[in-house]
Amino acid sequence: MLGKLSWAAIPFDQPIAMGACLFIIVGVLSVLGLVTVKGWWPYLWREWLTSVDHKRIGVMYVLLGIVMLLRGFIDAIMMRTQLAIAAGGAQGYLPPEHYDQIFSAHGTIMIFFMAMPFMVGLMNFVVPLQLGVRDVAFPVLNAVSFWLTAAGALLANVSLVVGEFARTGWLAYPPLSELAFSPGVGVDYYLWALQISGIGSLLAGINMVTTILKLRAPGMTYMRMPVFCWTALCSSMLIVAAFPVLTATFGMLLLDRYAGMHFFTNDGGGNFMMYVNLIWIWGHPEVYILVLPAFGIFSEVIATFSGKALFGYRSMVMATLAICVLSFMVWLHHFFTMGAGANVNAVFGIMSMVIAIPTGVKLFNWLFTLFRGRIRFEVPVLWAIGFMVTFAIGGMTGVLQAVPPADFVLHNSLFLVAHFHNVIIGAVLFGAMAGYYYWFPKAFGFTLDKRLGAVSFWCWLIGFYLAFMPLYALGLLGMTRRMQHYADLRWQPYLIVAEVGAVIILGGIVATIAQLVVSIRTREARRDLTGDPWNGRTLEWSTSSPPPPYNFAVLPSVDSLDAFWAMKQRGPTAAPEHYEPIEVPKNSANGFVTAFFAVITGFAMIWHIWWMAILGLACALVTLLVFGWVERGEDEISGEQLAAVERARLRPMESA
Amino acid sequence: MTANPSRARHQTRLPRPDIFVALAGLCLVAPCRAQGVLDPRGPIAAAERLILLNATTIMLVVVLPVIVLTLAFAWWYRASNRRAAYRPDWSYSGYIELVTWAIPTMVVILLAAVAWIGSHELDPALSLQSDARAIRIEVVSLDWKWLFIYPQQQVAAVNDLEIPAGVPIEFVLTSASVMNSFFVPQLGSQIYTMPGMATRLNLLAERPGDYPGLSANFSGDGFSDMRFLVHAVSAAEFKTWLEHTRAAGAVLNADTYAQLAKPSINTGVQTYGGVDPQLFDRIVQPMAQATAARGAEQ
Repeated sequence: MLGKLSWAAIPFDQPIAMGACLFIIVGVLSVLGLVTVKGWWPYLWREWLTSVDHKRIGVMYVLLGIVMLLRGFIDAIMMRTQLAIAAGGAQGYLPPEHYDQIFSAHGTIMIFFMAMPFMVGLMNFVVPLQLGVRDVAFPVLNAVSFWLTAAGALLANVSLVVGEFARTGWLAYPPLSELAFSPGVGVDYYLWALQISGIGSLLAGINMVTTILKLRAPGMTYMRMPVFCWTALCSSMLIVAAFPVLTATFGMLLLDRYAGMHFFTNDGGGNFMMYVNLIWIWGHPEVYILVLPAFGIFSEVIATFSGKALFGYRSMVMATLAICVLSFMVWLHHFFTMGAGANVNAVFGIMSMVIAIPTGVKLFNWLFTLFRGRIRFEVPVLWAIGFMVTFAIGGMTGVLQAVPPADFVLHNSLFLVAHFHNVIIGAVLFGAMAGYYYWFPKAFGFTLDKRLGAVSFWCWLIGFYLAFMPLYALGLLGMTRRMQHYADLRWQPYLIVAEVGAVIILGGIVATIAQLVVSIRTREARRDLTGDPWNGRTLEWSTSSPPPPYNFAVLPSVDSLDAFWAMKQRGPTAAPEHYEPIEVPKNSANGFVTAFFAVITGFAMIWHIWWMAILGLACALVTLLVFGWVERGEDEISGEQLAAVERARLRPMESA
Repeated sequence: MTANPSRARHQTRLPRPDIFVALAGLCLVAPCRAQGVLDPRGPIAAAERLILLNATTIMLVVVLPVIVLTLAFAWWYRASNRRAAYRPDWSYSGYIELVTWAIPTMVVILLAAVAWIGSHELDPALSLQSDARAIRIEVVSLDWKWLFIYPQQQVAAVNDLEIPAGVPIEFVLTSASVMNSFFVPQLGSQIYTMPGMATRLNLLAERPGDYPGLSANFSGDGFSDMRFLVHAVSAAEFKTWLEHTRAAGAVLNADTYAQLAKPSINTGVQTYGGVDPQLFDRIVQPMAQATAARGAEQ
């Protein structure tokens, strides 16, 4: 009846795991209880859970990313604490079977459920506004994408309470992840969570590509698109090209585990090297899926706060496209030590270095955007400067590992761990934080606290260097990754410094949360009535903060790059006499309901509860079909309503 | 609102370079006093360290100026510095564009040459030039220990790799369970051990000494204790070790291997005085048996 599920799945015997369970359950229950007591359910359902507005969905994506950042960070600081004490004969406080789950969950959650939602959320929120349009191409699909991602995140976290997570590392290499070596449900949690969220990511990518290619304001040619839209386009094209590979690869591993097949097993003619190749054919583009939007954010931030047009716009676009294409040609550099032979290694090594050319060009172009600018040191600029310095170092250590003989001694060491944190924190996370602060007033109509923003930045920056520079040194000392304890006492001081770094990063996270709380409490004093708090250059700043559901009462007409800057140079134009009515899509529970059944299906598959899996899948399909067939029409906003709203919006701006 | 001059005081806050210099210094200096990749004890490791340092130097020539210029531009062109030039519409210069594409391209051309030559010269499968005759050692990664078979000498050892200094070692490696990676940082190149396949690696220890070796690819719960020590000894000492080992200890045949192959953690050192010469080939060929054995175990 309940498959493999029994009371033994709850880790009653492990105090640390039980503590985490209790913490989560109490946290979730108190949030749900608060919403119920306050009677917020109707509002939440109407305005958020069933919303198909790209801005609302974008905000929910970012919120998911921030919550998962907390989860992933707790994993991180637990690992750092373990390694700070588990030296010599000491075993630390986390036994291997628990420690192995933590580093696997940390990687999985940070990439799939922190970085991805954060970046996809910012793209979702910003791109239609920058393009000067009213929504993405497929608003309901957008909601489905988000809720499937959230469903995956939920499943990954359910593994904390019921059962276990994978103990295989974040990419679950077979044969270790095959049934013969990982018979538990951990790998199944991993696979089903990522299969479900992967479909969400693919749909989000398709939606974004379609939006950028087919929906742009009148006059917005490709070469007048803001750079962030270009990076979003390239990132989304990579999603569309790469995520099906991931789904197929995981599909084969699932068939091995559930149907006794032999794609990647040691016996029966399986070959796990195929998995390693396939997973990196997805995995390397994934790096650029995350970092390209971050590059876009920094391009916007640096140009805006330098009060200057971005230097070398065409170069930037070319470089972005070049990275997009090249990212599919380098996957083998993740396993130079597999013994592929000198020619193969050399070719992939050199291709990997070639990516450094367009990336280097971008760095130079940001540099020359600062040059002869008038730089206002708002918080996003701090992140941007911190990024440029940090990323230069991270890029260098990356290119170093693209030299195969150097990689032979650096691969799988803490040097590698330091490198990819250097670029993922230094570029993706810094970018996400810059974008969060930069577009927050657009999303909510008030600015975030500057002082706490600066505190957060400095904690993250200093904490990052303290946490990861020692790891570079440890890698050179010969310490490999994923160790639960180690014999060499000389490594311990470095790991203690790294622990201190993690604690300082914790300070940064606390400052970010405090910033949000303080800013909400003082929001009346920090209202942005102009819609343009940073003297922006692109169209999202031309509408109110927060923008109305339809974004623009009249679609802007674009005749140059930095369209809004050009409009401001020309001076104010008179409001139109007459507004055309606008149709906006009705709310849809499609995403929420489909994702609910996806969670049921995934959970049932993990625990081999076959009847429930069939039922869940059937319900999910029926939901999709029902919502797909039913004609629901759209809400119309009349010209008079629009005129009233616009007059109210423009009044304070004129008096300002 | 952001151009408000009362906020000018905050605008001069910049990343202070001295923090980074100090940190970089710590990271560069610290490993010198200890073992590891930067303390090579063989020609492969020495060549790899040289490549590592060369490539880093080539890149630092560009990366350091970029970091310095970033901080310098950010400081000089701060909004409160009215002496700095301001060109709001300047966004293109053909010459600068040429330079921005040319500099990284030239660096990459240099590094590509380093990578191409290095990949070929340091191909792990390449035999090492030496007057001494190479010794073949067959390596099997098990859960969770390392088995070293000396087919010519007819001995075997677990978690202990005895080699003569100055003699090239031809490693042939495989795994009897999941993928792992054989890594002795001070001797150079690591290589994956993979079930059902044999990889090749050639290393040499120049002088006698003890060099730690470890697993570099995560392989499950016993991974952290899957260490071994490389004892590089003189030819005479190696001979003595062989004699001692042959005299004592069991024979490694199908039965004793099946015992050894069972998953175990932190097993310590073990030796075998005789070895079935076909054992390694049989481990590489039919992985099915090993997998079945482990499956039954669980």
